[in-house]
Amino acid sequence: MYKYNEFDEAFLAERNAQFRAQVERRIDGSLTEEEFRPLRLMNGVYLQLHAYMLRVAIPYGTLNPDQMRALALLAEKWDRGYGHFTTRQNIQYNWPKLRDLPDMLDALGEVGLHAIQTSGNTIRNTTADHFAGAAAEEVTDPRPYAELIRQWSTDHPEFQFLGRKFKIAITGSNTDRAVIKAHDVGLQVVEQDGQIGFKVIVGGGLGRTPMIGKTLREFLPQADLLPYLESVLTVYNVLGRRDNKYKARIKITVSENGIDTYRAMTEEAFLTIRGQYDGTDQQLLEEIKAHFTAPEFRSGSTEAFDTAYENDPVFRAWADTNLDQHRAEGHAIATISIKAHGATPGDASAEQIRVMADLAEQYGYGELRISHQQNVILPHVHKSDLPAIHAKLKEHGLATANLGLISDIIACPGMDYCNLATARSIPVAQEIATRFDELKLEHDIGHLQIKISGCINACGHHHVGHIGILGLDRAGVENYQITLGGDASENAAIGTRTGPGFAYDEIVPAVERIVDTYLAVRESAEETFIETYRRVGMDPFKAALYPEAAKKVA
Amino acid sequence: MARAFTPKVITANDLLEGDVIYFTAQDTWTRHMSEAELITDEAVAPLRLLEAEKQNIKIVGAYLADAKAGPNGPEPTHFREEFRRTGPSNYFHGKQEAQANV
Repeated sequence: MYKYNEFDEAFLAERNAQFRAQVERRIDGSLTEEEFRPLRLMNGVYLQLHAYMLRVAIPYGTLNPDQMRALALLAEKWDRGYGHFTTRQNIQYNWPKLRDLPDMLDALGEVGLHAIQTSGNTIRNTTADHFAGAAAEEVTDPRPYAELIRQWSTDHPEFQFLGRKFKIAITGSNTDRAVIKAHDVGLQVVEQDGQIGFKVIVGGGLGRTPMIGKTLREFLPQADLLPYLESVLTVYNVLGRRDNKYKARIKITVSENGIDTYRAMTEEAFLTIRGQYDGTDQQLLEEIKAHFTAPEFRSGSTEAFDTAYENDPVFRAWADTNLDQHRAEGHAIATISIKAHGATPGDASAEQIRVMADLAEQYGYGELRISHQQNVILPHVHKSDLPAIHAKLKEHGLATANLGLISDIIACPGMDYCNLATARSIPVAQEIATRFDELKLEHDIGHLQIKISGCINACGHHHVGHIGILGLDRAGVENYQITLGGDASENAAIGTRTGPGFAYDEIVPAVERIVDTYLAVRESAEETFIETYRRVGMDPFKAALYPEAAKKVA
Repeated sequence: MARAFTPKVITANDLLEGDVIYFTAQDTWTRHMSEAELITDEAVAPLRLLEAEKQNIKIVGAYLADAKAGPNGPEPTHFREEFRRTGPSNYFHGKQEAQANV
């Protein structure tokens, strides 16, 4: 894992000192809110419905145990005892006070974390596959490149006032767990003729105009990463619209000008920009790579795992849903669900955060990951340790066996916290999870992703949910639109609206009717929801959702 | 005929605490919507907002929010203002908690 050097530490300390002074100047009246606002946003400080909110970046979703404990400390000392993991590998604190924020940032700085560029029209936290460095099928660990991007983009003078925010995601696998096609730039590490490089995807995004990214370059040699990204950004900075906020994202720039024009302009800029790079970035990359050397995976018997798997049905259920194949023999990737039925998706208490930090330290080679799906991962675990891990998780409400199932819901904070929201999303998620737990149908339903956003900005990724739910304000009342057939994987697809929306008290029954329809029309228990939807299309679901309309047609 | 004016309260967030506050008829700020000034005259509303904004050194983002008269003072007419007045629905945090502790 990357460890800050003296330069990084000095940079962050100075930046935090600047922010502390800015806060003081706001409080003593030297700065107006109009002047202060962009300064606080650049340091991750929002003002939400009930309080300030601090958004902390978890670069490429990777944390060590000390960093994880620092997150618990912030929750306990300056917040309400919990943190909220977001869909962009950030953690948010919902209740900080203005005067405490500089202290919170200093505490983060001590463990090499920050909130820089978690807001504003800048290059945001680069997100990565949460199984990076562990997945069996990976070409190579993408995180050194993500760290290189972090260092290059942090405080980059040309990209502090972009037309709009800019999000980059990276994966090293063919299996896309980072939703790279729904980002401004998506990078996939690929190998061609023995050379490592990137497939570059541009112009994806959700929000009010959802789009699947287009391929800008099939193969970019790894040494050209930064000059090429700089070219993409430079073209966007010049070509991107600034007359209309809603037309300012790169997806609109690409779609209005065409991918071929965008490519030609990028390649032209690249000819100049590449010459400005003298190889220093590649030296830096080599230094960064040294930090990401894989741990020395131990060998040994996995008998303890096998015994528990055979004899303990609770452990077996957890192992079946929450474990993934690791690249090292005898190891597994263990995902800790922080979505117990009825809990707020993404929330973890300070105590739970500490328990997960301790488990990573004791059993997990000192590594943790946060997924955009709002769960926590122990990426490297020897199988023989899994029964002990599971036992500890159970004690702290962290052993829910629901990964990829209907209660493993992504939900944005919605109108319970967010200033931009038009409806609530958290209670909808809570009620869906509780309902299907009561019905004891979850495991029978199988793989099904529900994603909920409380406004059109789509932080809850509803467009790419198998079932997407969008909360809106219709004439002063909460109303929920449903989309079906979205897909967040390498087969990325935008869901299709079913029809008119549903009132708050109708949305959970509506989801139930969709699921009942799926169970009735699927060919076998092996056919997943999304496979069934692709086979039968929208009609049976529409008929179940809008029986009155069906009657009229008949 | 012109549409009838919906009464308003002035609301903002406190600079230091960040929590929701309301402007009173005495030009002070309160944590309770019920103690806010209910502005029923359309011509007066922008003037009162200007008065509130004079205190921008200690408040953030004052605006006029729709409200109605209730038995105990002004009440929200829209669910967003109801949440701001109460707190989130997933935890007993925010104003609902503060009021329970009175």
